[in-house]
Amino acid sequence: MDKKILLGHGSGGKLTHNLIENLFVRHFHNPVLADQTDSALLSLDTTNVAFTTDSFVVDPLFFPGGNIGKLAIAGTVNDLAVSGAKPLYLSASFIIEEGYDFNDLEKIVQSMAEEAKKAGVQIVTGDTKVVNKGKCDKIFITTTGLGTLSSQLKHISTADKVKRGDKIIINGTIGDHGMAVLAAREFLNLKSDITSDCACLNHLINKALNVSAQIHFMRDATRGGVATVLTELAEITGMGIEIDEQQIPVNENVRGMCELLGYDPLYVANEGKVIMVVASEDTDQVLKAMNNNKLGSNSSVIGEIVDEHPGRAWIKTTIGGKRILDMLAGEQLPRIC
Amino acid sequence: MKYIDEYRDRELVSRLVSEIQKVSRKDIALMEVCGGHTMAIQKFGIPFLLPPTIHLLSGPGCPVCVSSRKYIDQAIAYSRLDDVIITTFGDLIRVPGSTSSFEKEIAAGADVRIVFSILDALKIATENPENRVVFLGIGFETTAPGSAAGVLNAAKQGLTNFFLFSSHKIMQPAMEALIDEGVKIDGYIAPGHVSTITGTGIYKDIPAKFGLGCVITGFEPVDLLHSILMLTRQVEDNKPEVAIQYKRAVKPEGNLKAKKMLDEVFDLRDDWWRGLGILKKSGLVLREKYSRFDAEKMIDVEVEETREDKGCICGEILKGLKKPGDCKLFAKACTPSDPFGACMVSNEGACHAYYKYNRDG
Ligand code: SF4
Repeated sequence: MDKKILLGHGSGGKLTHNLIENLFVRHFHNPVLADQTDSALLSLDTTNVAFTTDSFVVDPLFFPGGNIGKLAIAGTVNDLAVSGAKPLYLSASFIIEEGYDFNDLEKIVQSMAEEAKKAGVQIVTGDTKVVNKGKCDKIFITTTGLGTLSSQLKHISTADKVKRGDKIIINGTIGDHGMAVLAAREFLNLKSDITSDCACLNHLINKALNVSAQIHFMRDATRGGVATVLTELAEITGMGIEIDEQQIPVNENVRGMCELLGYDPLYVANEGKVIMVVASEDTDQVLKAMNNNKLGSNSSVIGEIVDEHPGRAWIKTTIGGKRILDMLAGEQLPRIC
Repeated sequence: MKYIDEYRDRELVSRLVSEIQKVSRKDIALMEVCGGHTMAIQKFGIPFLLPPTIHLLSGPGCPVCVSSRKYIDQAIAYSRLDDVIITTFGDLIRVPGSTSSFEKEIAAGADVRIVFSILDALKIATENPENRVVFLGIGFETTAPGSAAGVLNAAKQGLTNFFLFSSHKIMQPAMEALIDEGVKIDGYIAPGHVSTITGTGIYKDIPAKFGLGCVITGFEPVDLLHSILMLTRQVEDNKPEVAIQYKRAVKPEGNLKAKKMLDEVFDLRDDWWRGLGILKKSGLVLREKYSRFDAEKMIDVEVEETREDKGCICGEILKGLKKPGDCKLFAKACTPSDPFGACMVSNEGACHAYYKYNRDG
């Protein structure tokens, strides 16, 4: 018989204890977690830390290229990494619906462990709650992350150093995650070979930071897509942005599906894409460093910071026309991450 | 994607653009009737490519935008009846009525379901025999055949709990009324999808009567620029005529089967258009024979007094007299997330298109 998650697994009693021992501690194994103290006890060698949290409710839980577990690690690791921080520790909390398949849960936990290992982070604390059937949709995960930050990199999240002539770089094709998840939804009955780009970007970002001291801004283009990051950047810096639609890499199958369903890839979520603003003279070496990494092999310059139309992002369209780029208004894909 | 790329080719586009520049001398205004064209023109940044002599105006071809607020109010009133399930395309959900919207009614517990075709609505009617299921039929000749097919289907199945609430309209009376009202244009970028059904027949009087060309146009950048070139030539040579640019989809005679179905199910009635008022024989109403499916005749409901928003100039914009930027509320009090008028909600609305792609223009 298939093993199921029972209400008792979240009760704090024996079943909970077994679940923690046999599932979480076993897969996430690390000395801090093994101690099973009430709080994870950590020592850091800096006064500057980056601290972030995110919840994951993606539907379906498994999709080509990943699952909710992998996403929960990558999402939080990336939030730290794009701030210029070195991700070190994560917490993971699970809300599970009674009756959820134990084997599927184990698969999810396994991918979390794998992804954390790849990224070089440790899951040091967590929590599990089980709710009655129908009170949540299978499983929701929240991860919180802690990383150390060099004081010289604080400008990366605030965009204080962004200046005219800086180039805008992206590490590959856009729209893959959103379309992969959408295609995986049953009701659409779509067959597609689109794979989510879900991945931890901290090593790639580290490579870039190693070759250039002039990375002026970074952000991961998740919900709301590339368009949202760029409009926000224009707003916070008060500077103009111009990008060239033709330079933005989009997989053919993603483009096809977007066309079919009326989405614009610029607004579709990514889970392994970072937008960087780099001083013009450092662009080549940053691109070179990124292109050498699997997660950055399609890196390219897609635009630059300009004097014109301050506070607004503009796009040169595929046919050579021009228009503004705006944030998504209204409808978005729900439960994409 | 090869098929599409052909119509988005940068080189082909720049050839067309330089040809337009060469041909164009007079200052002209062309109206894209269809909201789908407005969207494509703005999305690809086409105005940026045109010489200053050519002006593009958006017209009355956004069905949600031209429909009356009373229609929305009445549909909302239906949704408040306990046994009624409303079925609709998604773009009506956020259109503001006089005091409410479907979005608000749904939150208050109304049963409103988004469907992709009227056939989904029929299925809902079959599965819920205790309920009355109302389908909101909105749109021009493009969507009206679907509604006609739905009604014929309902008749065949002997459904007694399915009703069409028709706001369907036909395009040509509005195109003529505009000119009667004194709107100054030099040619029509005529709707592609409507024409796949109607063919060229509905435009045939326009060149002789008003001296305006009508070029039936597809939705890709190359289509639009090609059509702009054709119209510019017509104006420069003073030879207005009806022509088909969108040959891969439109036949001169249209879709005979769909036309026959429309005629079987619908009669023409006078109908109200935002900006244009009541136009003779411009709306579609179910014929007597099918009136048992007509929500207006079969479902009694009290509708609140219609209140139009002060300050919204959608009507003027739909006539091409004003641009969205001329509205004081545009991008300030009125945005897609907090819309005043239907033109800001609908994906085919001019205010929505300008907000999204050309906010400073
Ligand atoms: S901007 Fe809003 S209020 Fe103004 S005309 Fe458009 S829809 Fe109406």
